[in-house]
Order: sequence, then C-alpha cells, then structure tokens
Amino acid sequence: MKLRYLAIVPAMAAFALPAMAQSDNGPVRVGMITTLSGGGAGLGIDVRDGFLLAVKQAGNANLELVIEDDQRKPDIAVQLADRMIQSDNVDVLTGIIWSNLAMAVVPSAVAQGKFYLSPNAGPSALAGRGCNANYFNVAWQNDNLHEAAGAYSNDAGYQNTFIMAPNYPAGIDALTGFKRFYQGELSGELLTKLGQTDYASEIAQIRASGADSVFFFLPGGMGISFLKQYADSGIDLPVVGPAFSFDQGILQAVGAAALGVINTSQWNKDLENAANAAFVESFQAEYGRLPSLYASQGFDTANLLLSAMDVAPVSDMDAFQAALKAADFDSVRGDFAFASNNHPIQNIYVREVVQEGDIFTNRLIGVAMENRSNAYVEACNLP
Amino acid sequence: MSAILLAEQVLNGLQSGMMLFLTAAGLTLIFGVMGLINLAHGSLYMVGAFAAAAVAAYTGSFLLALAASIAAAAAAGALVEVLVIRRLYARDHLDQVLATFALILIFSEGTRWIYGSFPLFLNIPPYLSGPITLPGGIQYPLYRLTIIGVGLAVALGLYGLITHTKLGIRIRAGENDREMISALGVDIGKLYTIIFALGAALAGLAGALVGAIQSVQVGMGEPVLILAFVVIVIGGIGSIKGALVGALLVGLTDTLGPLFLPCLFGLFLEPASAATIGASLASMLIYILMAAILVWRPSGLYGVRA
Repeated sequence: MKLRYLAIVPAMAAFALPAMAQSDNGPVRVGMITTLSGGGAGLGIDVRDGFLLAVKQAGNANLELVIEDDQRKPDIAVQLADRMIQSDNVDVLTGIIWSNLAMAVVPSAVAQGKFYLSPNAGPSALAGRGCNANYFNVAWQNDNLHEAAGAYSNDAGYQNTFIMAPNYPAGIDALTGFKRFYQGELSGELLTKLGQTDYASEIAQIRASGADSVFFFLPGGMGISFLKQYADSGIDLPVVGPAFSFDQGILQAVGAAALGVINTSQWNKDLENAANAAFVESFQAEYGRLPSLYASQGFDTANLLLSAMDVAPVSDMDAFQAALKAADFDSVRGDFAFASNNHPIQNIYVREVVQEGDIFTNRLIGVAMENRSNAYVEACNLP
Repeated sequence: MSAILLAEQVLNGLQSGMMLFLTAAGLTLIFGVMGLINLAHGSLYMVGAFAAAAVAAYTGSFLLALAASIAAAAAAGALVEVLVIRRLYARDHLDQVLATFALILIFSEGTRWIYGSFPLFLNIPPYLSGPITLPGGIQYPLYRLTIIGVGLAVALGLYGLITHTKLGIRIRAGENDREMISALGVDIGKLYTIIFALGAALAGLAGALVGAIQSVQVGMGEPVLILAFVVIVIGGIGSIKGALVGALLVGLTDTLGPLFLPCLFGLFLEPASAATIGASLASMLIYILMAAILVWRPSGLYGVRA
C-alpha cells in the first residue's frame, strides 16, 4: 500500500509541474504550411501528426494552430504564407518539407519579423550567409546525413564508391556533403532526373563501373523504385544512403528489397532516452502506425516552440529568440543544441533496415558522427 | 564502354519503350477515333497499379493482380466515358482538357481517400525475380524481359484486332468517318465506350506491370502521361504502328542519352561539369527528338491527318 502511494506522488507531481511552470505569456499563433496532397504527402502528414501530438500532450491553450496544404508547389506556399502573415496574423511559421519551397517562403517571412521553425528543409543558403536570428532549423542542415554517410563509408572501408542523386539543388548538396568526408575513390558519379522512376540505365552503369559500394540520395518514390530494381538486378554491392529513402512511411512499399541496407539518421525509434520511448509509444497509440523521422522532427519542433512559449512572450522578439536558441526541451534525439547559425548540433547515427514481424523498420547499429554541427557556421554572422 | 553495358542498355530502352507503348496505344486510339484529348489517361494507369497492389496483397497472386488491374482500369474507363467523356466529343479541345484535368484531381484525391498517402507494396513474383544470363554473358532481370515479351504480345494482339476483326474494321471506319458509320447502323456510342475501356485496360496493365518495379503511389501516372503524349505526337496521332515505333524511339533515346551524353561532354569538359551538363541535356533529349521529327514530318512518322 505504502509503495503504491509513493509511486503516485511523483506521478502527480509530474502532472502538476508543467501546469505550474506554464507562465501565461499570451497566445502564440502558429501557421503550418506543409505538403498534405500529391506525391510527397506522406512526409507532410508525418510532420503534422508529430507536431499535433506534442501540442495535444502539452495541453497549452495559448498555442493556436492554422494548417494549410502547399501541394508541394512553391507559388502556393508563398500565397499561403502571405495570407497567414497578413490576415491570420501568425507569429510563427513552420511545416515546410522541401528546400525549394523553404527558399521561397522563409526569407520574406523572417524579414517581416516572423519566426520560422523548420521541421525538415535545411538548405545551405539559409545556413550560411542567408542565416537569420528568427530562423531555426530543428531537423538538420541538408548536408548532414550525407556527410555522415561519407564518414560511415570510410569506417566501413569502402574504397571505390558509386554515388548518385537527382539533378536539383538538394541532390547536388547531397553529393557535396558525401564527398566532404568520404576519402576513397569514386567509381562513378551520376545525376538522375528529378522524379525519375526507372533506374535500369543507372543500375547497368553501376554494374559496369567496378564499384565496391553504392551511395544514393533518392527521396520518396524515387528511392522505392531504385531499391526494388536494384534488388532484382542481382548486383549485391553494399548500399548506403541517408534516412530519407528508408523512412517508416516507405519501407513497407520497398519490402524485403531494403533489408540490410545501411542508412544515416539523426533519430530512430529505438534511440534510448525517456522522451523518445514516450514519443514512440504515444504516437503509435494515437495514429496506429510507427513514427517516421519526419514525425520525430515535427514533434521536436512543437516541443521547442512550447518550451520557448513558457519562457518568453512572442511579442518580445529578442527574449523569444533567446528562449528558442536555449533549446530547453526534451528532444526525442537526446542531446540537442543549436549552433550559432541556429541549426542543430547532434549525433548522426547509423541504422540498418530490419524486419520485425511483418513490419520493415530500422535499428541503430552505431554512431556515424558525434555532435555534428554543419559546414556553414563560419559563413553566418549570428553571434 | 563495354559491349555488355551497351547491350544491357539497349534492352532497357526496349523495355521502357514497350511500357510506354501500352500507355500510348490507348491514348492514340482514343485521340484517333474520338478526337478526344484525354489527360486522365495517366489516372487509369494509376488505377491499374492500385488495383493490382490491393489484389496482390489480398490474394498473393501476381496473375490475379494483373487481371484485376485490367478489369479495374477498363471498368473505370467505361464508367468515366459514360458519365463524363461522352458529353465532351462535340466540344472543343480546351473543354476536353479542362474536364479531363478535373478527372485527374478527382482520381488522385479519391485514391488517396481510399488507400492513404503512403506508397503501396507490389512486388515481382518469385518466379519472375532475379537476373538471368543471356548469350554473351549479359546479366538481365527476367522480369524486364517478360515486360518486353508482354509488350510485343500486346502489339501483335492489337494488330490482329485492328486488321482482322469486325471491331477493328469499325475502329478504322470510326477514325475515317464517324457520321458515315453511324449512318450505316453501327452503335457509335457503344463503340466509343468499348474503345475507351480498351485503352484504359492497356494503361491499367502497364501501371500494374511497372508498379511491381517502381512505386505504387498517387500521382504516378502524370509523368508517364507526358511521355505518352510525346510518343503519340512522334508516331502520328491515331496510328498504333506509330505508337509502337514512337515508344521504342523514346524509350531508347531516354535510356541511351544519359549514358552517352556525359561521356561525350567528358571529351572536352571536366568530369563534374560534364556530368551536370550531360544530365541536363539528356533530360531534354526526347523533346529535341520530337521537335526534329515534327520539322521533318509535321503529322508524325505515321500520321494520317495533315
């Protein structure tokens, strides 16, 4: 009896504490622009659901949220941002998945004195000279996971890697990021068409190249197509890639073709910390599916915002900036801090695709880079 | 560049051409006979892929999945023809484009509503998976060879249908003079529905075959639709033979271009910029091909109409 009583007290304290700490800093209006229809909708839906879960758990009535679908089109994202800023009077914008959309929205939003918290896109242009005190990236700088893949390839002893990515800015950044740390030779370097679905030609070139491993960055459906075709081609070179082609949303569509593939990520569902365990469990309970890394990024973005709301009113821009930069929240990634250019300093892990029952998922097998910041800190003039 | 790589790439070009042919054949039939621009043809391709994925998940049989893709796409095609398309024949092309574009949106969001936003799983059956060794030591996936075979079979079947059956006679007559054949007592409404369903079924079959090696997701049909239009413009609108030749030309150009162009530019540029410029030009290559053919033959290779 006494034991059970003792167990209840801390539980009650845990409930009571946030309520007491929640100083009333007035409402914060948040505009979320994300991709909820079209080919890339899975990513936006995961970011949104992760964000909503954190908001629901916090129960902070001061957070008012408007959500709109950008259809993955930059012009629509710009219209939505204008409307949210001018007629919805939002204080904070968030949600954009794609770097080209972020480039269309973020610079003008922060120039108008709004905050922007990126749950995904981290183009280098916003990390270096284009950085801004009101712009925070809660996910990663675009190059990070590719850099980690390069570092992993060194550790694995690959000497002659074949690399490929789609021919668009984030794809070129991916190859740059990989080459920044990879020390071996390149047996080939290919830029594929964005949205390409047939990789027979590329696979034939990989076969003929004499490579000892393959690095690729092909997000979404492109990655599904490539992996299925690669598995069917009979080539058995090891494959390395960033987590984007192996997230929870698409692994089921790839199936056994992805088993054993190594990928790099700042998060995984078996990362050991209390916040992550609670997140994975509550996400499954709420939505009936495993969270993806996009969901974890949405969840962290909301919690960062909520932590700042407890400390400062959004109307006091300097104080709110400082509160965001302190990153005083329990990230599902464990240790989390912002570098001076407002991008994360975090561990990047190595994961392997495995099968658990009927579900294909990832498990952690090591650390690729510890406390990785990004290559653009010097170029940014923030203190 | 080795001969093996070249041979493999030619096979890849043939395979992607055959898949394009399946989609383009229906499109060109519908345009040729009914004079209708059907932007929603890519949606029927998607319907086929989703039906196949659903049936394969439920029954585990790939052949049943293929049958389901044909049936579902044909049914969707017939339904759309009766409900919507039938009202558009007399209108001008702009109205047709608007209405069939609306159909794309309805199909896409409807599919998302039923299946969700995450890609579905559809895989090659075990008896068709893995590579086989061809004469000359070429390792080539069996499934892609099968696709080439299916494409050839469909091309032969369509040839037989158009030249040797009563339906084929009516289709050809419909292309030439639709007032005359309705005056001769042919139920032109029914004929149009059948042609539309046939075109849809071919697109659905292509969607299912390709879905097994690509990703089955909402919006998968639109990139194919653009290529299919390029194919029928190159081949000549309304000509099945033109669709076959155009599809193979586009398939081979699209496959061999990205292989040769970077090598070509590599002769006088440094590797990184050769790769970038080569890749950019390669993605334009089929449109350059189309423009060149249109300059040479304004109504396409086998076009009958001026």
